[in-house]
Parts: sequence; C-alpha cells; structure tokens
Amino acid sequence: MIAALVLLPLLAGLAALLVRRDGPRRTVLLLTAFVHLGLSASAWRRAPAPLWNGWLALDPAGRLFLGVTSLLFAVAAVYAVGFLAREEKGKQKDADEAGAFFLNGPEAIFVGCLLFFFSAMTFVTVCQHFGLLWVAVEATTLASAPLIYFHRNHRSLEAVWKYLVVCSVGIALALVGNLFLAVAAAPNGGPAVPLVLSEILNQAGHLNVPWLRAALVFFFVGYGTKMGLAPMHTWLPDAHSESPSVVSALLSGALLNCAFLALWRAAQTGVAAGQAAFVQDLFLILGLASLAVAAVFILGQTDFKRLLAYSSVEHMGVIAFGMGIGGSGVFAALLHSVNHSLVKGMLFLLAGNILAAYRTKAVAQVRGVSRLLPVTGPLWLAGFFAISGMPPFGTFLSELLIVKAGLDSGRWGVTGVFLLLLTLVFIGMSRCFLNMAQGRPDGNGLVSPTKEKRIAFLPSLFLGALSLWLGLTVPGFLQRLLQETAARWGG
Amino acid sequence: MADGSMTNVFLAAVLSPLLLGVINRTKAFFAGRKGVPLGQAYYDAAKLLRKGMVLSRTTTPVFWLGPVAGLAAMTSALLFVPLGGLPAAVSFPGDWILLAGLLALARFLTVLSALDTGSSFEGMGASREAFFASLTEPVFLSALAALSLKGGASSLNDLCAFASTLFAENLPAAVLVAAALFIVYLTENARLPVDDPNTHLELTMIHEVMVLDHSGPLFGYVVYGTAVKLWIFGSIVVSVCPLFRAASAPFGVLVALAGLLAVAVLTGVVESVMARLRLLRVPLLIAGAGVSAVVGAILLTGVGR
Amino acid sequence: MSAWDQALWVAFILLNFLLLGTSRLSVCVRVLSAQGFLLAALPWLSSSAITGHTVVLSAASALLKGLVFPWFFMRALDAAEVRREVEPYVGFGASLFVGLAALGFCVWLARALPHPSAVSNVALPASLFALMTGLFLIVSRKKAITQALAYLVMENGATALGMALLHWEPLVVELGILLDLFAAVFVMGIAVYHINREFDHIDTDRLNYLKD
Repeated sequence: MIAALVLLPLLAGLAALLVRRDGPRRTVLLLTAFVHLGLSASAWRRAPAPLWNGWLALDPAGRLFLGVTSLLFAVAAVYAVGFLAREEKGKQKDADEAGAFFLNGPEAIFVGCLLFFFSAMTFVTVCQHFGLLWVAVEATTLASAPLIYFHRNHRSLEAVWKYLVVCSVGIALALVGNLFLAVAAAPNGGPAVPLVLSEILNQAGHLNVPWLRAALVFFFVGYGTKMGLAPMHTWLPDAHSESPSVVSALLSGALLNCAFLALWRAAQTGVAAGQAAFVQDLFLILGLASLAVAAVFILGQTDFKRLLAYSSVEHMGVIAFGMGIGGSGVFAALLHSVNHSLVKGMLFLLAGNILAAYRTKAVAQVRGVSRLLPVTGPLWLAGFFAISGMPPFGTFLSELLIVKAGLDSGRWGVTGVFLLLLTLVFIGMSRCFLNMAQGRPDGNGLVSPTKEKRIAFLPSLFLGALSLWLGLTVPGFLQRLLQETAARWGG
Repeated sequence: MADGSMTNVFLAAVLSPLLLGVINRTKAFFAGRKGVPLGQAYYDAAKLLRKGMVLSRTTTPVFWLGPVAGLAAMTSALLFVPLGGLPAAVSFPGDWILLAGLLALARFLTVLSALDTGSSFEGMGASREAFFASLTEPVFLSALAALSLKGGASSLNDLCAFASTLFAENLPAAVLVAAALFIVYLTENARLPVDDPNTHLELTMIHEVMVLDHSGPLFGYVVYGTAVKLWIFGSIVVSVCPLFRAASAPFGVLVALAGLLAVAVLTGVVESVMARLRLLRVPLLIAGAGVSAVVGAILLTGVGR
Repeated sequence: MSAWDQALWVAFILLNFLLLGTSRLSVCVRVLSAQGFLLAALPWLSSSAITGHTVVLSAASALLKGLVFPWFFMRALDAAEVRREVEPYVGFGASLFVGLAALGFCVWLARALPHPSAVSNVALPASLFALMTGLFLIVSRKKAITQALAYLVMENGATALGMALLHWEPLVVELGILLDLFAAVFVMGIAVYHINREFDHIDTDRLNYLKD
C-alpha cells in the first residue's frame, strides 16, 4: 500500500516522460492523481502496514498531510490539464516585460516532474526514518525545480536558481541536524540507535540534551528554510511568483506542509526529551519573525502573485506560532495548515486565471476582476476573506483557536503582537484584493466581460467550498485524525 | 638571564655573508651556470668599505641612520637568537618581542633613510616594505605565541626547544608553525616569491629599491646587514627543526651550521623553481602563512583533550 | 586517534582555506576532488572498523566526489567559456580572515558540546568548518558555478561530520543521500547552463531582477 502510494506517481512520471502525445500524457496525469487520491482515502480510513521495519509507515501526522497533499494534487491536476491546453505553443509574450518573449519548457518534462514532485511529497509523508526523510525532502526540491522554470525567461531562471541554492543549503543543514540527533541518541559511542521516529521517542529520556538542542537548531534552520519561515524565506516569493500558477498552488499548499511535517517529526523528539519549552521558543521566534516579514512586504506589494507568496510566509508563521503556544495551539496549528492549503491552492489557481486574462501580475494594472471575470472575480473576493481569516471560512476557526490557546496560556504579550501583525497583513491584503476586484477597467488588458472555461474555475470553486465547509463544521473524521495527531505531539 | 654562549653571535658575524653565497650558488647550479664565488658577499662588502660615498644634496643625517643604526639593531637582535642546540647569548621571558622590536626598528630606520632621499622610487619601495612588514610581523608573533600558549615557554630559546619536541607529539601543528616561520623567513629577507633579489628594475623591487642611493661604506653596511638578517631568521627556522638540534657543544655547532646550510640551499631551490608573485598576491601568501600559524595554534591549544 | 587520522583532518582544514584564498576556478574544482578523496580515505585511517558498508561508501565517495563531480564541473567550465576566475564579493584576504574567525567559532562550538568518546578531537571542528566555508563561499562569490561548488563543499562538511562522529547511516540512506547529491549537481548543472545561455555569463549578481 505504502509502496503503491510512492511508486504510482513515480512510474507515472516516467511514463509521462516517454509518452509522445499530449492527450495520453494528460490522461496519465489525471488518472494517477485520482487513483492516488483513492489510495490515500483508504489509507486515511485504515492505516496501511508499515514497510522496511517501520522505516516507512503512516502515522496520524503522515495520514493527515498525505490526505491534504493528495487532494490538492488531484485538484491541481485537473487545473493543470486546462492550463496546458491554454498555454500556446511556441513563443509567448512576456507578461511583465513589454516586447520580451519566452518559450515554454517541454510539456513532457513538466508533467513528468509534476508527478515526480508528487511522488517525493508522498514519500515525505510516509518516512519515519530521519535519514530517509532528509532524502525525500531534498528530492522534492530537485523534482520541483524544473517546474518553476516552465516559463523559460530570465526571471524564472533567477527564481529557480535561488530556490535550488537556498533550499539545498538549508536542507544540508538539516542533514547536520540528523547527525547531531544520532550523537544525542548514543553520546558515548554506544550501540547506535536507528534514527527511526518511534525508536528515538522510546529513547527520548536518554537523549543527550546539549547535542539534542544543537540538532534541533539545525533542524529548525534546515526544514524551516523549506517551510518558508523568515528569515530563511527568501526563495519563496520568487519561486511562487515566477512558476506557473498550478505549480505555485502545489508549492504553497502541499510542499510547505511537507516541510512542516519534517520539522514536526524533528521537533517531536525534542518535546519527548523534555525540551518542549526550547522547541516552543524556537517556533514562536520563527513564527513571529515570519509574520513580521510578511506584514512588511505585503503592505507595499505591487505584484499579486508575490502577495500570495508572502501570504504563505505569513500563514507558515501562524502555524509556527500555534506550535509555539503549545497545548491546544498544536491542534489549531494543524487545522490551520489544512485550511491554508485549501485556500492558498484556490487563490493561486485563481491568480492563474487572472494572469491569463490580464497578462500581467501587477496589481495596479488589474481592475474590475469581479465584473470582467464572472466566476473568478467573486471567488477571488471570497478567497480574500478566507485567506485573511474571516468567518465563515475555516481559517477563521483555526486562527481563533490559536489566539484562544495563546490567551489561555497567559501569553498576552505575544498574542497581542500576533493579532497586531495579522491586522497589518489584513490591511495590506485588502488594499490589493479590493482594488483588483473592483475599480473601473482602465482600457488596458481586459475591457469586456469574458466567458470562462469550466476547467479553469471549478477546481478553485471546489477548494473554496471545502474551506467553507471546514469553517462551518469540522467533520468528525478530520477532527479525530487531528486530535490523534496532536496527541502524538506530547508536551 | 640564562647563561648562554656568544658562539652564535661570532659565527653570525663571520659566516653570515656565506649564506648569500650558498643561495647564489644553488641558483646557479639549477640554472646550469657556474655562479659567483661562495665568498662574493665578502668581496663586495670589503670593496664597498674601501670606496668613497656620494651623498645627494637633499639628504640629511637621517640618511645615515638606516644602514648604521639598522646594522646595530640587527646585530643586537642576534644576541637573542639560538642556533640549533646552542642557546642564545641572552635569554629572558618575552625576549622574542624585543627581537621583533629590534627588527622593526631596523626596518623603520631603513624606511626613513629611503624617504630622506626624496626620490619617488624609494618612497614606493619603502611603502611596499612597510606594508609587507605590517603583515609578516603579526604572523611571526602569532607563530611564536602559538608555541608559547601551549608550551608555557616564554623566551625564544625555550620556544624553539619546545617547537622541536612538537614534531614527535603533534606533527601537523608543528609542520604548520614551521611552514609559517619559513614563509616569514622568505618574506622578511626579501627572497622569492615575495621579492626577487636579482631584479634591478625599480618598479618591481621592494627591498633593494630602498637602498638605491646608498653607496660606498653605507651600502656595505646594508649588504652586511642583509646577511645578518638572513642568519637571524635562518637560525630560528633551524632551531625549530628537531633534526638540527644536538646537545653537545662542538658537534652541536656543526649540526646547526649544517642546518643553516640546508636552509640556504632550500632557499636557493625555492628561488629556482618559483617565479615572483604579483605584488597584489603577496599579501595572500603572507595571509596563508598567518592561517597556517593560527591553525597550528588552534591545533595546539584549542582542540586539546 | 592515529597521527595519520589527525593529519588528514588538518589537510581537510587547509583545503578549505585554499578554497577561500584561491582566485582560480580550476583550483577550486581540484580542491573539491581532493576533499572527495580525503573523505574516501578517512574511514581507512580512523580507528573505526572496516565493514562492507564503509568499503562501498568509500568507493562511492571517491568515485562521485573525487572524480565524477569534478569532471562535471571542469566540463561545465569548458562549455561555459567563462573567465576562469572566482570573482568574489569579499576579497581573498578578507575571506581568509573570515575563515579564521569561522574556524575559531567551530572550535568553540565543538568544545561547547559534550565530547563523544572515541572521536578525534580535530574532526568535529574540521568538518563544521567545511560546512561554514561552504556557506560563506555561497554568499561571497559571484559565479553560479562557484555556488554549486560551494554547496558540494558544505555537503562534504556534512559527510565528514558523519565520519567524525563515527555515525553511519544505514546503507540505503547513505546511498539515497549520494543519489540526491548527484541529482542536485545534475539539476544545478542544467540551471548553470541555462543561466549561461540566457545572460552570456554565469555571474549571479545579474540575477537581481526579483526583489521587493
């Protein structure tokens, strides 16, 4: 079962590289996505048997993030088919630079890497061994790099280079964290403890504290880079804004979660070893730093895809903040990561529609979306309310729970700062979103209402509806899984 | 003050010009030439001492200071230098700082007298000399400080003795410190790859350009002073090397002299196989020596169990 | 800890200084190759037992890090027809001083952590230092290819750390790491190729369009 989950997209990716015609290749993509979704759903209902002495297993946290990843990928796959059909062959006009042209990368490589990327993310969710986890996280970076460079222009090249270097370096530091953790488990050269999560948790009482703390710092810097926590977030806005929107949606909605899962597993060892306060402080510092950085850059943002990217930094900050509060904040942070994935996926897909219609990413040149794009426009507004944590969307509930956890734990100061930063973000976001949705079209770009293709807006509509559902009620199966996951956190 | 012998001072006084001859002969051998006689430096000094002097009208008595007081400082510095197993004539805690000070004094006076001529060439040479010296001095001091930190010894005598024992104990560190000292030796004596003693183009020279205006006996002092300085740094390198340390006096002298000979030959070999570095790259070489001294120090002190 | 073991670690440190101080790209590539061979030699000289596991890894390390990657970089240098100089933001002399400070920091860090027994005491600071050197090179050198190279230096530091701490990951994980590394070099190599074609050079200071 686990093997099938990982190998299915991998083999499908190889097939996609070999298939010569576009139609069958797109069918492979869709088929893989939905078969995988089915497999994930059954894994969600009943945990599959572990593989390789428990190195690969689906614990509750893995099931949660596997489900989110698989769902988001299925939605993105549908959108991707529409996107690929929409992209013209040959030279394309550059949206941001007048008179510039670029080519798209080969579609086979795009679809192949999309599936490899998916396989790597699935692999992250099932890894229980820290070494394998590292290999999987690095694999996600390498598989997604060609996706960012699909629009072959100098900006996406710059973005992909930063992405490769910053993330690889960050992850190299996480490797050091692995080694330090191994030393912490056997400080006097005793019999080596296998770096499997359950084994480490069993031994947690005997971990050597200074080495463990050093390992945790390296893990936070390493996987935190991949998760987009400030100040290691520098790759994120560039990669998200320059890649095709469907890739941005996956990066933001699925990849950041996978990095969070890796960090979760590493930090779990710290909590089990009685270092909960240390772990929470690290989470709090990085979380507030991310919120602050995001607030600053959102306030002056002129590019709507970068705006969404910084919003991802912000929400990763919110998740980290929830983890840092601890207690019921952990549950809320997990719920928030699910909510964020849905909403951010929706928004990036909508951003793709807007970009396709207006051919620009500049906020100033996009006016009257709600009038000119009859479905994307209202959804864009709904997405704005959802991403900024307004009721009745799921993000409202999870952010409220985080604030409540903060106030319950008596941390008035940091919770106050948290709320202040969220307000700043809201101001910055509302300026951009409302200006884009309303306003009079100024004659550039779109001038008259356009009929939209169903394949372009249905995925977003679906994700928005899910987010709304999660805001009205947290379904029982999700609640149980979240509680089970949060219970494993300990602390 | 420890009891020492004046042997090293006498040996240096008599034999130091010979080192220049050995270096030149080695280079000649590599170049396939016959080369100048071994005693050429003696002949040069003697010839110069017999000659008259030409003094530029722009010079003041400061012009005399360089060669005369410089030589005096150099010979005083000899007092603190051990030679292989032979202890230095005078030895007290911290004498190596005084040694560095005396060498700096000699350099300062040379620079002053170069500037005194008012020639732009000499000013250029002086500035280069001062620049490189400002880099080598910290390297020299940190190499010795590294030894002092670990061994607790505080006089140059003991430091060298300690360094020579290191080769058995902590080979990498000892090699690093010795390498740093050897580069200091090359730089301080204006040898290749820092300065080409054979060049006579003012634009590329460093040391020699400073003494262009000196003639007659004053230049003789300069030549002799150069030889003494070579001897000083040569004996430090020899003393650090355990190979050339022997306890008993007559045999010790011979072994140490053999060591100096070996250093001189090695210098000749280095000069034969290397080209002069570009001026801008020289600081990197010295920085490399500094790195090796500091890494040696860290190995000696920082990572001790 | 044998004297050879220690000498090897010192050589490892000095190679990093060479990377910091050299202005030639080809020297950097050679240093990288030398580090690969050093890493391959380490398990043979340290006191740990030689198993089939270490033999396989040692051979793989020598092959990949000692031969394949340097060959790949040399080819990239030829193909890119770039100037064969490193082009630093931070000068070479200053880099050396930064290196010294970093080495001091690593020694401090290594001493601050409780010392695991049976580990050479130069090993920990030496491998941490390689990590720091790689980090510093990435931020202080202009060329994209130097950054890829510096990433490998970091990776060498991490590998050396594993050897220093006498910790062997299971073979499948180690091979997975090497595979990732290979893929990383491959992908970065393609990116460097595209950067070279797009900009006619591989200086990353021209990659400055995206900013807020």
